[in-house]
Amino acid sequence: MTKPASVGAVEELPREKIEHFDRELQAILKRYPPDRKAAAMLPALRLGQEVFGYASPAVQRLCADRLGVSAARAEEVATFYVMFHTEPVGAHVVEVCTNVSCSLCGGERIFEYLKKKLALANGQTTRDGRITVREVECLGSCGTAPAMLVDEEMYERLDVQKVEQIVGGLK
Amino acid sequence: MSETLILSKRWGKPNSAALETYRQDGGYAALDKALGMEPGAIVDEVKKSNLRGRGGAGFATGLKWTFLPKDVRPRYLTVNGDESEPGTFKDRYILEHDPHMLVEGIAITCYALDIHRAFVYIRGEFAKQARSLEKAIADARAAGIIGPRLLGKKDFDLEIVVHRGAGAYICGEESALLESLEGKKGYPRLKPPFPAVSGLWAKPTIINNVETIANIPWIIANGGEAFAALGVGKSGGTRLFGVSGHVNRPGVYEKPVAYNLKKLIMEDAGGVVGGRKIKAVIPGGSSSPVLTADEIDISLEFDAVKAAGSMSGSGGVMVFDESTCMVRVLSRISKFYAEESCGQCTPCREGTSWMEGIVHKIESGHATVADVAKLEQISGNILGMTICALGDAAAMPVQSFLKKFKHEFLQHAEEHRCPYGDHGWGLEQSSRAARVGAITY
Ligand SMILES: Cc1cc2nc3c(=O)[nH]c(=O)nc-3n(C[C@H](O)[C@H](O)[C@H](O)COP(=O)(O)O)c2cc1C
Ligand code: SF4
Ligand code: FES
Repeated sequence: MTKPASVGAVEELPREKIEHFDRELQAILKRYPPDRKAAAMLPALRLGQEVFGYASPAVQRLCADRLGVSAARAEEVATFYVMFHTEPVGAHVVEVCTNVSCSLCGGERIFEYLKKKLALANGQTTRDGRITVREVECLGSCGTAPAMLVDEEMYERLDVQKVEQIVGGLK
Repeated sequence: MSETLILSKRWGKPNSAALETYRQDGGYAALDKALGMEPGAIVDEVKKSNLRGRGGAGFATGLKWTFLPKDVRPRYLTVNGDESEPGTFKDRYILEHDPHMLVEGIAITCYALDIHRAFVYIRGEFAKQARSLEKAIADARAAGIIGPRLLGKKDFDLEIVVHRGAGAYICGEESALLESLEGKKGYPRLKPPFPAVSGLWAKPTIINNVETIANIPWIIANGGEAFAALGVGKSGGTRLFGVSGHVNRPGVYEKPVAYNLKKLIMEDAGGVVGGRKIKAVIPGGSSSPVLTADEIDISLEFDAVKAAGSMSGSGGVMVFDESTCMVRVLSRISKFYAEESCGQCTPCREGTSWMEGIVHKIESGHATVADVAKLEQISGNILGMTICALGDAAAMPVQSFLKKFKHEFLQHAEEHRCPYGDHGWGLEQSSRAARVGAITY
């Protein structure tokens, strides 16, 4: 059962951005066997999140449509993985590790400091839409703890001053 | 006596990740040698090497490879770079500083096992590491090392694909990893069948850790026996041990598999901060049972750590000094497993969140002595009752903390407060310079 890309799946999304998404998706699809397009769900959602800002239900439906799976399946995947944002987030997402090795070196204190400074609770976004702060699990940087991820960039060996500098520098 | 370095020897050299650097250092000569061997002879060398999986379970690699059914094609290789077990941080440096060693290991493994498509699953948070490996693969392809022919001489089509995860510890479990690679949520599969028989898209699939596969070029270049000779008994080679927590020099240290745990902490990692005493050590990632200070004068070899009542697991050693509150530590570990349980089986889903709740209640001074007993009982009801090993991974720390540090739990319950006040994570919570091979961070 093949059907053309249904407009219904994507009508809330701007056309130029969809074209951009489709172009980039072609390169991703080359990595998987032609009869296993569904395998590209994680990279497709990541791409959708980059292009459209977050993995909204419309983005989920777009991915489902392009990969030939049900919208329910795309939603299941988008909500399972913590790196997919199914709700709008700030321009920057600051994720502080508070797992054991980091907290032994001050990770939990850094997270508390950041929440206080920005007057946010875990997972919230500043009112200007600039920064979302959240607590995350071990980032695989335990030797260079404490660690945090800002968007795709890992920052390690942190202290409060460094965090202040990094977060202060976010546009 | 100079130590043999297999995995970390190029870390810190200029352009260590570049193809020319790797080639100048003799890289891809092992692949050349392998192409002159019978595939079966390569598998035999790996068996002789006593290489055991570095992902956590320590399963014999050569033996795992023989589980592939003879006549079913295609077969797949998936390399596990999910690296999400708290306390584990080693594969990332292979990907960052020496990705061609992994590419060569994959090429030899695929040639030996008649596999034409390999996937490397890298946790989503490792963007830089994924880019580094992608560049190495592209360069190797452009140089004709992989592609339709291997090293430009052997007709053998090989495609290596980097697949990034998206934030889910459970996807490090091999069958959840396969689900994730198929584009689904990471629900572990019931076993058997094991992946070697029915894995990716129900085809025979070998799953090995990044560090495991990175050893293959050395084994082929130097012979399985030379690798075995670096270890003891049924464990060969060296390992990347990660040391984190309250030590003066945290980092990644490459040592023979049977290296002494106490020596690793007190000498290599520079001992404990502030000259304080060790209270406890978790020897192999957060799921391995905790050891007390007087239990750490042991070999890190898989069976030796098992005999000491714990697991060498992923080689992630976490060190706690005497000023640490063990209830606080367990509280964070329990929160992690409750958070990361996929929710598929009831004992794990409910058990991990009950345990989290009770440990938190004890930590915050709201629990009674009866709660401590209840915690013990709940952990016992998870062990061995679940689809995957995450259930056990969550229960083992609880049982071992209660066994070895019961007095701290009882003290919290009796005094209705944390005796450590606001420094449950220890008196010295600061970052210290880390050693990663020859690199200082
Ligand atoms: C909950 C859970 C998480 C795991 N996480 C990882 C991981 O991050 N990396 C890894 O290599 N193995 C991990 N494993 C072990 C894998 O299931 C598998 O045994 C391993 O990748 C096999 O490779 P090896 O034989 O080379 O060690 C995990 C296992 C469980 C139960
Ligand atoms: S043991 Fe836990 S993580 Fe593993 S399948 Fe069951 S619910 Fe999921
Ligand atoms: S505990 Fe924070 S990076 Fe591992």
